[in-house]
Amino acid sequence: MTDLSQWSLLRWIPLLPLAAAVIHGLCLGLWRRRLPPLATILISCGSVGLSFLLSFVALLELTNLPPETRRLHDDLFTWIGTGSFSAEAALLLDPLSAVMILVVSGVGFLIHIYSIGYMAGDEREDAGFQRYFAYLNLFTFSMLVLVLADNLLLMFLGWEGVGLCSYLLVGFWYSDDWNAYCGSKAFIVNRLGDFGFLIGIFLLFWSLADAGRAVIAFEDIRAAFPAIAEQTVMLPGFLSWLPGAPEWRLATLIGLCFFLGAAGKSAQIPLYVWLPDAMAGPTPVSALIHAATMVTAGVYMVCRMGFLYAAAPGAQAVIAWVGVATALFAALIALAQSDIKKVLAYSTVSQLGLMFLAVGCGAFSAAMFHVVTHAFFKALLFLGAGAVILALHHEQDSDRMGGLARFLPTTHWSFLIGVLAIVGFPFTAGFFSKDEILLSARLTHLPGATWLYALALLSTALTALYMFRLYYRVFWGDCRVPRDRQSAIREPGLVVLAPLLVLAFLSFFGGWLGPAAALNPFPVDEANSNSLANFLAPALPEGTPHDIEAAQERGLAAWAMLVTALGFLVADLLYRRSPEPPARLRAALPWLHRLLEGRFYVDEGIDRALVRPTIGLSDRVLFRWIDQGLIDRVAVEGLASALRGLTLDMLRFAQSGLAQGYLFAMLLGSLALLGLLAW
Amino acid sequence: MSGLPNLLSWVTFLPLGTALFLMLGSLAATVAGARLPAQVWRGLGLGVSLLTFVLSLGLWLGHDPTNVEFQFVEYVPWIPQLGLHYFVGIDGIGLLLILLTTFLVPLVLIASWKEATPSPRAWVFFMLSLETGMIGTFAALNLLQFYLFWELVLVPMAFLIGIWGGPRRIHAALKFFLFTLLGSLLMLVGLLVVVHLHEVQFGHMNFDLVAGPGSKGTGLLQTVIPLAGAPWWQTQAWLFAAFALAFAIKVPIVPLHTWLPDAHVEAPTAGSVLLAAVLLKMGGYGFLRFAFPLFPVAATELAPLFLALALVGILYGSLVAMVQRDVKKLVAYTSVAHLGFVMLGLFAFNVEGLEGGILQMVNHGLSTGALFLMVGMLYERRHTRRIDEFGGIAKPMPVFAALFGVVVMSSIGLPALNGFVGEFLILLGLFQVHPAVAVPATFGVVLAAITMLWMMRRVLFGPVENPENRGLIDLGRREKAVVVALLVPIFWIGLHPETFLKRLHASVFELQRVMEERTAQSLATLPEAVGQGSSPAGRDLARASGEERH
Repeated sequence: MTDLSQWSLLRWIPLLPLAAAVIHGLCLGLWRRRLPPLATILISCGSVGLSFLLSFVALLELTNLPPETRRLHDDLFTWIGTGSFSAEAALLLDPLSAVMILVVSGVGFLIHIYSIGYMAGDEREDAGFQRYFAYLNLFTFSMLVLVLADNLLLMFLGWEGVGLCSYLLVGFWYSDDWNAYCGSKAFIVNRLGDFGFLIGIFLLFWSLADAGRAVIAFEDIRAAFPAIAEQTVMLPGFLSWLPGAPEWRLATLIGLCFFLGAAGKSAQIPLYVWLPDAMAGPTPVSALIHAATMVTAGVYMVCRMGFLYAAAPGAQAVIAWVGVATALFAALIALAQSDIKKVLAYSTVSQLGLMFLAVGCGAFSAAMFHVVTHAFFKALLFLGAGAVILALHHEQDSDRMGGLARFLPTTHWSFLIGVLAIVGFPFTAGFFSKDEILLSARLTHLPGATWLYALALLSTALTALYMFRLYYRVFWGDCRVPRDRQSAIREPGLVVLAPLLVLAFLSFFGGWLGPAAALNPFPVDEANSNSLANFLAPALPEGTPHDIEAAQERGLAAWAMLVTALGFLVADLLYRRSPEPPARLRAALPWLHRLLEGRFYVDEGIDRALVRPTIGLSDRVLFRWIDQGLIDRVAVEGLASALRGLTLDMLRFAQSGLAQGYLFAMLLGSLALLGLLAW
Repeated sequence: MSGLPNLLSWVTFLPLGTALFLMLGSLAATVAGARLPAQVWRGLGLGVSLLTFVLSLGLWLGHDPTNVEFQFVEYVPWIPQLGLHYFVGIDGIGLLLILLTTFLVPLVLIASWKEATPSPRAWVFFMLSLETGMIGTFAALNLLQFYLFWELVLVPMAFLIGIWGGPRRIHAALKFFLFTLLGSLLMLVGLLVVVHLHEVQFGHMNFDLVAGPGSKGTGLLQTVIPLAGAPWWQTQAWLFAAFALAFAIKVPIVPLHTWLPDAHVEAPTAGSVLLAAVLLKMGGYGFLRFAFPLFPVAATELAPLFLALALVGILYGSLVAMVQRDVKKLVAYTSVAHLGFVMLGLFAFNVEGLEGGILQMVNHGLSTGALFLMVGMLYERRHTRRIDEFGGIAKPMPVFAALFGVVVMSSIGLPALNGFVGEFLILLGLFQVHPAVAVPATFGVVLAAITMLWMMRRVLFGPVENPENRGLIDLGRREKAVVVALLVPIFWIGLHPETFLKRLHASVFELQRVMEERTAQSLATLPEAVGQGSSPAGRDLARASGEERH
């Protein structure tokens, strides 16, 4: 690492939000004095705002460099160093992390502003307002560390840090036991993923160390990786049923370990179960953490380790298939949910699945593109939903909404833009990014590529269906809010609407960050198209070759539009006018509806198959039989009663109460023994 | 050698010395008809322990982290004919554990300000003599002296439990006493056999671990301990077993752990804190200082057994902890899991594992110590520790909730807090040598999170249903100060463990060197054919630790 690339301002991007969090933490956690709301707002929003500005400066700094050397470092100190292992507290700014910090601090800043309005009600009670901002700042810090980390271990710090904040914020209104439960669930399921992350670190580190390169920083790993890229490992016997066993590529095994971590954080099958429940948190939290930023960390991590996945086709196939399966599965569940936030949550799971499909197919930049646009439109949708929830005094059930377009015009229009962007309406943000994902599924050479593409198209159609279903149920038709409360429905204030409008703008135009040349209606030369992908290219491995005619590419986009239109038409037929058609459908296929509404009963299944047996085993078998029964009663007390006479003597002796006497006796005893031995 | 040779002895004996002196003084006062008030006793105890802590900081400052030798050595003949000397000295390992002790004792005295009734005089006396016992154990380099300090610790702790404990305190104190006594008696026998072997080989009696300055030039570490061919009770395997049993009970390793939950539940808060934080560490320390270097071949050959038991301890401890109904018992069982991690690190025998294991001993002392303290604070308010009696405590006690949350996170190994550094290094080191053990052990991290978060949810969150919890008073200034003092090293180790790891590099290097050297020495005593057949593990160790040096 040369000193030329050292840029010491970088550290302040994460440290500013941390400082804010520490101030809040000390005020509330120790002194028990709360700051006036205005001070809280200034500290919290100000720090994140500054962080955003600095991120922008960082971007400019980076673009000043020639594309191949676009890397800036900020080394702080050695964090953990022992033996051959050494992890620095050091930050790395390259195109990949630059994009992420802009999204995190930018969208984060908007959501901080929005939260001022949304959380105003918590000011009275329990220092909730300031506590909320403390957590939110801590989250921003952790997320920025996650994306800026220059090595795996520091990334893991951010990774667990965002998990902690997610836990704290999901359970923010902790007086309700359900919220606290959901928070714990989020943390624990994430920890299952982190288990994979850790094993991945161990495996990668020792493999590299065996090859003589004990490194942990991303750039060093990338440089050293070819040394182990071709290695294979023997799987243990009990895994012999796996395809390709007993000999696997090492890269595949490492890649799958890391993917387990990614699947936990980014809510992929089978670890998606925590995300829908995470909706128990305040809505801005759902927008920031559980839609725009944290849940995309898994995609980011896989892109960061892209060089490894590029050498591990087995892992890529698994990722692509898990991704597309998750996309479809979650979209199906979203069809039958009535809670507005639950629909959006399953929609997030589904969109994340599409992103993983893209990385699986080797289209890393497409995945990152979708990360960015998804951050815009999903944050917009959540904030819009939040505005509705706020206007209806914390009503989330779309069964009790309807016809709200009249009452909330601004919210309605911005929400509609979000819906258009997510379904991929031409030239909105989602259009370009989703198209690239579908294209990558079409072009990939993974086994079953045709099916990948077909299933991705199907989930695109379903996206249109469930999104317009939600949109119609909330904003169209008759208002199902009780009549006496309808007069109280008012559009929220400017502090809530302004972020909404900014995000609506981004969702509408954000796709122009990197439109594919073939889809761009404006005449541009090759060099100026795919600008985001070109910017990211030095930080990512080479993806699948783009060997397709422009006309064919447009044809594929037409297919995507067609199925989206189909999804829209079905939604329009079923949900726009009256509640009758869906009711008839429900009556015709009651089992299907129950299955979807019950979310395939996965949670119940886990509870019965895993949770309860574990607790039963621990309580009855391990604790009562083994610990208290076998060890204590049988072994210990058996031994004790065998030695009863001795015990009583010792008891009497111990109770004589003279420590010095005891010491002296022991000294004598040992000397006597010694004398015997020396005799 | 340091410029202040007596400092270590001062740190060791200041608490007990003052305690004895005060005892005499108070006897004299009683005879004269006067009686000192309780506050004076508490104040004196606190003052002395604080002074000890300040003096021990001198050890930190004077310790040279690059020196592999023992430092602050003092060597005074006691009964030289029998090879008995007063012989103390510390390396980085002892230094960290002594600092942990001197740091915790004043905190515990502050925390138990109200607990020490009846008889604050006896309380202070036992606490101070306990402190001397603990420090002496970590400083002793003469084996008989080590044994005496080891046993000295037992007595005040048994009294702390037996006098100030809960309803079943006598039973618990006795169980604690007998369990550890049983183990240490075997250790005594083993130790005498080692001394005997030394006498046979060198012609004089000696209890010193290494050659003392100015002595006849031999230490027990020069004794060749046969691998085979001698009477069975003189072979490494059996001698190691005798030592290891004593240490394993103290650690504790499953299935020798059942004294621990009982002792913790019945012990007063201060006793629990010191028991978990320091006393358990004597076991791990014993392995590092005595069992490993004296019997390296046996240690490596028996490592699979200990690794298996430690792994069982992690998984079993977490699962059993999960279903406890008493918060304190829950924390006690998580201790079993944590100490399982420590054992895994030590028995990995590589730098990462050893340093991680030692650091994790300190970490466990801080986190679990803080957990016991805070559970004690709840107990003082509600006089119960049953989880279902609580719920929604965060509402009336927000400061308690915030601090408790940080401590729980440190206990389950959240990065940026201390627990992570130790656990990570342990698992990293272990993965290199035994991936098949490291993978399920890593899963233990998940179980720990489940256990602690579930407990926290039931205690802190949810609605306040029990009316008795509604009016709970949040932490006072004294209580806050104690917990915050513990948070300082918790964050320090988490954010900048280098400060502490730096102290360990040389000592761990030396430990590995001694083990390697003695392994080679032991193997050389064997006929070639036997050597090849019987001890592949020994050579593995020699090779592995050879690779460790670059």
